[in-house]
Amino acid sequence: MTTQSTQPIRAGEGGPTPPPVPHPAPPETVISEAEYVIEEAGRLSVGVVRDIVVGVVAYFGEAIYLLLQTLRALRRGVNLPDLLRQMSVIGVESIPIALLTVGFSGAVLALYTVGTLQRYGASNLVGGIVALSIVRETGPILTGVVIAARAGSAITAEIGSMKVTEQIDALRSMALSPVEYLVVPRLLAALITLPLVCVFADMAGVLGGAIVAASNGVSFPAYRESLRLLMEPSGSDITRGLVKTVVFGVILTLVGCREGLETSGGATGVGQATTRSVVLSIVLIFVADFLLTFLLFNSGLF
Amino acid sequence: MAFRTPSLVDETIAPKIDIRDLHFAVEGQQILAGVSVAVRPGEILCVMGLSGAGKSTLTRCVAGLIKPTSGQILVDGEDIAPLPENELARVRAKMGVVFQYAALFDSMNVFENIAFGITRGPRREENKRMARITLIRRVAELLHAVGLPGIEKKLPSELSGGMRRRVGLARALATDPEIVLYDEPTSGLDPVTAASIDELILSTRDRNRVTSIVVSHDMGSIYRIADKILLLYEGHVQILGTPDEVRRSEDPVVSQFIHGEINGPIQVRRR
Repeated sequence: MTTQSTQPIRAGEGGPTPPPVPHPAPPETVISEAEYVIEEAGRLSVGVVRDIVVGVVAYFGEAIYLLLQTLRALRRGVNLPDLLRQMSVIGVESIPIALLTVGFSGAVLALYTVGTLQRYGASNLVGGIVALSIVRETGPILTGVVIAARAGSAITAEIGSMKVTEQIDALRSMALSPVEYLVVPRLLAALITLPLVCVFADMAGVLGGAIVAASNGVSFPAYRESLRLLMEPSGSDITRGLVKTVVFGVILTLVGCREGLETSGGATGVGQATTRSVVLSIVLIFVADFLLTFLLFNSGLF
Repeated sequence: MAFRTPSLVDETIAPKIDIRDLHFAVEGQQILAGVSVAVRPGEILCVMGLSGAGKSTLTRCVAGLIKPTSGQILVDGEDIAPLPENELARVRAKMGVVFQYAALFDSMNVFENIAFGITRGPRREENKRMARITLIRRVAELLHAVGLPGIEKKLPSELSGGMRRRVGLARALATDPEIVLYDEPTSGLDPVTAASIDELILSTRDRNRVTSIVVSHDMGSIYRIADKILLLYEGHVQILGTPDEVRRSEDPVVSQFIHGEINGPIQVRRR
């Protein structure tokens, strides 16, 4: 800070020295610039924090309201062709990218662990270690993230374009609720397909690890044996991982649909909504992953 | 071209749509400030006004897409303004809306767009058991009525602006509405295509005695089709009358508007 900073100035005035006063001025509250800066910073940050808190609470309120509307609409059933189309878009078409990302992650995990394990003569455990990381964590979260990026963005872009071209209004004018027609099939499709995609992704991850392990001298039978050794015999590692993907599916479809339905401002608006949707769902997926990991694996409840 | 039958509207009949003292404000801005107008069965009301005068807002209120701040919208004597979304379905079964840019569902072809209104629209329960062949025939009839037979397989992106509006009209008519709301049906179209849309609006009315509200800027089109003209200016009704009354009006706002003059009481903000 410069020497100027110690010079006293009036509250609320950051400029140069005040004009000379002819008569002795009445005593005034004088604060230093440092105090002034701190006060302003405090006021600003309180404002920012308040905006964030209000924004987050409002957003969650809206998201939960949308979820309730969706559940209510669900009682009237779902149009099967719509559901199948969405299952194809959200699930089937996401399988290749999920396989690739999780498969390579499994290979990378094996690369990291196999060397260390070999040094301690425990390289036959590599399979179990890779598989546990994949089915509990990497498989579900990567599945959630790639589907949020692939299908979540598509959901927002499609619904957002429908919004700005009045197609949502057209639906409503035909007495069809946008929630019933657009949100219900997408949410259901995500709930059904995310765990299924994750099963395939888990397999790809374990296989990726096995290939790397084999190239480092751990045979397939030894790899498989270590799976049996380290994983829960009931398969609950896998099912708990799949439970995570169900929650991720709810997050990415609700955020995607909500952002789409709230889109305004033409093509630019659609672009912005799509970006917001992906960023928000990925952040929320990671937050949810932390909470779910705590609840499912560390709380001792399951 | 068929000419309008002037005696079609009987003023003693109860109005189909009765808008009473409608106000609409958004973010502190008054869009509609006390609009009252009655539309009788079979009547065509043309709503005109400057861009942003609240014409679309008025039709969107009548369609139940937005809620007015205050006032009543009586459709067959029932106030629809306070109705929640699920009860509006009953009212919407009586209405068809033709949107400004048709708002066709671009993921579906023309057949699916029109059939959508029949199988998924307000009358979905009664149409649930409709045979596929009946549906195909019905869509073909509707397309024939709007002068576009045989384009069932086309996608909305393959159609011209005028064709899209016609398909939009066919979709709106698919449920046999008693009321059709048109939001700028001819804007952006060439004069010949615009005239053919006017013709369709008239023949739709004549065939089913449909009550229509048409939002338009196009004076030629308005004089061709309107039974009554409403000029919205700064959120209120500047004039409401027959085309002749409007044409003869000495109100400076009205005459400036219908003659499209730059100088007058209406100040258009210029840079």
